[in-house]
Amino acid sequence: MSTTEILIAGFGGQGILFAGKFLAYKGLIEDKNVSWLPSYGPEMRGGTASCSVILSDAPVGSPIVSNPDVLIAMNLPSLDRYESSVVPGGVIFTDSTLIERSVVRNDVKAFAVPATRLASDNDMPTLANMILLGKVLAECGGFEKETVTAALKKVISAKHADMLDLNLRALSIGAGL
Amino acid sequence: MSDKVLMKGNEAIAEAAIIAGCRHYFGYPITPQTEIAAYMAKRMPKIGGTFLQAESEIAAINMVYGVAAAGKRCMTSSSSPGISLKGEGISYMAGADLPALVVNVQRGGPGLGGIQPSQSDYFQATRGGGHGDYHMIVLAPASVQEMASLTVKGFELADKYRMTSMILADGTMGQMMEPVSLELDVKEPPEKPWATTGTGMARPHNVVNSLFLSPDELERTNFLRYERYAQVEANETMYEEYLMDDADVCIAAFGIAARVSKNAVNAARKEGIKAGLIRPITLWPFPKAAFAKAADRVKAFVSVELSMGQLIEDVMLAVNGKAPVTLCNRVGGMIPSPEQVLDAIRKAAENGGAR
Repeated sequence: MSTTEILIAGFGGQGILFAGKFLAYKGLIEDKNVSWLPSYGPEMRGGTASCSVILSDAPVGSPIVSNPDVLIAMNLPSLDRYESSVVPGGVIFTDSTLIERSVVRNDVKAFAVPATRLASDNDMPTLANMILLGKVLAECGGFEKETVTAALKKVISAKHADMLDLNLRALSIGAGL
Repeated sequence: MSDKVLMKGNEAIAEAAIIAGCRHYFGYPITPQTEIAAYMAKRMPKIGGTFLQAESEIAAINMVYGVAAAGKRCMTSSSSPGISLKGEGISYMAGADLPALVVNVQRGGPGLGGIQPSQSDYFQATRGGGHGDYHMIVLAPASVQEMASLTVKGFELADKYRMTSMILADGTMGQMMEPVSLELDVKEPPEKPWATTGTGMARPHNVVNSLFLSPDELERTNFLRYERYAQVEANETMYEEYLMDDADVCIAAFGIAARVSKNAVNAARKEGIKAGLIRPITLWPFPKAAFAKAADRVKAFVSVELSMGQLIEDVMLAVNGKAPVTLCNRVGGMIPSPEQVLDAIRKAAENGGAR
């Protein structure tokens, strides 16, 4: 029985909720129990956004992630706020283009990915989230092209089907780091 | 992954209502339930239904009164402050014995309160909410799947007993996404010979009304209504028991509080405390018998809720002094953590002599 609790946090507009939805769908395709819970407070009207994703072999109890196994921080306020909540032995991924400091904790694994810079270098300025997620999948075990593509198809609406390849490329860039 | 899709709880309610045959939705936006209205706005025009954003909550509930009187499945949804506004209309529907579905995705109160999850409308929901003697059938989903299935059930029970069914959810249930199967068990609505559908010059007029100026007549309508309520209590009570077979400590919780509590029950079991959970699925009718039966053996009860102690009163009434009942709560949009609940279980185990 394994359960992974993931917290994704950043600015509104960085695709935080989208990234969480992608992870949840990927879990669903892999026959896991999943839950996805967004912040819906004043945050979603600008400022910070976050979402809790739980992937588990067992039914999900509380959908609220207070102590994540995996923290994905896309801005400094998010790292400041949530770094201390990560479980010992957990993993923190940061967008090092936007977060100048390093992770202070030494009882967690930390990966700093210049996601925002890579996104603009590769002409996909809105996909820093997916570049970072690519790294997450590569490190946490779960980058199988088939399920990744299937999950992307679920979260990218038919209207934006042309974005599928670009998202896949973003994930691959992150996974290849 | 079978046939399951990821949906927000609010969206699941809306889609399930459509699947249940509801073609008339009236609402007014309020966080955290606006996705229901947004979903209906998108879907209803495509399937020949009515989506109408009313000028206020009061207008919306009275539109529901109208459609219900005409015998069609209809609904409205809101969040706590908006439900207070609907209270008058809900009471009128009770007085006129009209079936409808009202959804309350609760937020913190009183007053305008906040927009984060809460369960502090428990009294309002289980005691009727408006003026006069009446009840609603109150359904408390604890997963997105139940947001869908209890919506269908709500319509079914409303029609069967000519009552308002209320889905009493909260901000977390409305906003979270989980896999949901939309293969729902929908029964055909019963005939409604009382509905005001036009006589076709072939039968006497039907009258839908909640005004009875003659006291003996009004008393009779109340008595008859409560005979129906007794049937609901006898036939429609729903609850879930979790690890109750050998439990020394029993948690009472519904909705999001029950989900958090399940984590705590599992953690308590790891510590050797025999904890269990009774989760009322119908808040009215309340599963009194389940708690009364548990009280013969359980040494202590803990009511876990997002309110200042509302559910606990029904638990105490059912337990009837046979065991101590303590409160574990957060309010104002805060949610108890599994650790807080575990701590309450530990204390209850000590005080109840369960160890």
